[in-house]
Amino acid sequence: MSLAIVFNLGETALQLGLICSLTVLALFLSYSMLNVCDLSTDGCFTFGACVGAVVAISGHPLLSIPAAMLAGVISGFVTAFLQTRMGVDSLLAGIIVNTALYSVNIAVMGGSSLLNMNKTETVFTMFKSAFNNSTVGSRNILIVTAIIVAVIIAFLTMFLRTRLGLAIRATGNNQDMVKSSSIDPVFTTTVGLCVANAFTGLSGCLLGQAQKSVSIDIGSGMLTVALASLLIGNTFMGKGSILKRAVGVVLGSVIFRIVYTIALRFNMPAFMLKFVSSVIVVIAISGPYLKSQYPMLLRRLKAKKGGSENA
Amino acid sequence: MLKLTNITKTFNAGTVNEKTALSGVNLHLKPGDFATIIGSNGAGKSTMFNAICGDFMTDTGSVVLDGEDITFTKVHERARRIGRLFQDPMRGSAPGMSIEENLSLAAGHGGWFSSISKEDRARFRERLALLGMGLEDRMKQPVGLLSGGQRQALTLMMATLDVPKLLLLDEHTAALDPATAEKVLEITNSIVKEHKITTLMVTHNMQNALDMGNRVLMMDSGKIVLDIDEEAKKGLGVNDLLDKFKEGSGKALDNDRILLS
Repeated sequence: MSLAIVFNLGETALQLGLICSLTVLALFLSYSMLNVCDLSTDGCFTFGACVGAVVAISGHPLLSIPAAMLAGVISGFVTAFLQTRMGVDSLLAGIIVNTALYSVNIAVMGGSSLLNMNKTETVFTMFKSAFNNSTVGSRNILIVTAIIVAVIIAFLTMFLRTRLGLAIRATGNNQDMVKSSSIDPVFTTTVGLCVANAFTGLSGCLLGQAQKSVSIDIGSGMLTVALASLLIGNTFMGKGSILKRAVGVVLGSVIFRIVYTIALRFNMPAFMLKFVSSVIVVIAISGPYLKSQYPMLLRRLKAKKGGSENA
Repeated sequence: MLKLTNITKTFNAGTVNEKTALSGVNLHLKPGDFATIIGSNGAGKSTMFNAICGDFMTDTGSVVLDGEDITFTKVHERARRIGRLFQDPMRGSAPGMSIEENLSLAAGHGGWFSSISKEDRARFRERLALLGMGLEDRMKQPVGLLSGGQRQALTLMMATLDVPKLLLLDEHTAALDPATAEKVLEITNSIVKEHKITTLMVTHNMQNALDMGNRVLMMDSGKIVLDIDEEAKKGLGVNDLLDKFKEGSGKALDNDRILLS
């Protein structure tokens, strides 16, 4: 394998990792901070991709970004509304929204399940033509995505330091305390989910434009992939400041894609991605649990052995 | 300051589990009143606090705080003017957040997009130093690292940072060791005195009930059966209190914790 191919693969992994890291940052906010497992992520990712694609195809590539984020906000708002005002369980609310979004997404794409953007001007092609024929221009996807991720990380760290951000973190930590601080947890949950899903929508929009096509299943399994990345990021960065942890989860997303790319080079079929991400999530979640159980298991085995010897 | 009129609350009405938790509670606290509440388990003390804080809607009656009817106001809106401490030291603060972040949320100043300022930090430091627990040097540490006593003291600080109209203490020292409990009670006393906060304190310690505050209330079967004012409280001993309870409720106090203390 030549160096050029390795480099090329590395770049693709980095691009994908950075694009999907926005979804990971969304989960960082909703899952790690707000303590809500938002199962609408897959649908919301596709929603952002569809809305972004439709707006870009209609000739407004720059507008596609805020449009996709707005789509995410709406999706997040509905999820939050169901679980805070309608008495729907938070997991169920996500599943319901996810299901409904399938129809919505096809409707957004005008009844088709695939949109092609080969000749469409996107944020990436815009950047490319702005820096025509230079190295900067040829790395368009990487550079644009890196800038967007940096902006989102900066926003997120600032946001979580404000009173509203603190209130959102406290809502995931201790709801009683939030209420006694005269803050409505309904409000903080809603804002948190809206912001998180805006990131998810943006992530979908960028992936669609980078791939130059959007299909109805562009977001399927994204939640598990993002969760795996989030947990990888947590193991690498552990506890620390919000900035450190946010950078950590982006790193986790990139590492996940690199590992996946390497696995593909070893002839793992591409359809195994989702299986691998599921396994990673299971290992990352149950690993620490099993580790904590291990000494007790060892003692029990020892006692059993010792007991039979005594008898 | 606080006026409860004919508050009733029946849980699971119409079922076999029907339980009348409050049956016509009337209470009037004057500004600056510090009343201790005693009574057996299930007498309705915590339920009364829940009713005041709005954790559930009462069946009848009204809650008026500082001249404003808050009977139908939401929990977090009432919390603006009511500070509350629970028996469980873990309930009042967010363990994953630092001391200063907890205090900042409780302080309730500034808009949604304000962050902790230098002045805030200086103020928190100054207030924390009053506790004498060294917390002022640990403001960046997560609250989860603090001991139960430290957390309860911090919660007290959080509840009174913005001086509330009413402070509700629900056995807030019951889960602490005796020395720490005493320390927290001391802090409670000094904070309440300093800001002249109208306070209700539930306790199972009869001596504390007599030593602290200017009024003693006794509850039984969802009613306030005895209301001892400052005059009558003078010179009263634990045994007198037990006798008075017998008179008031027509039965002896059957709570071990009360008899032992």
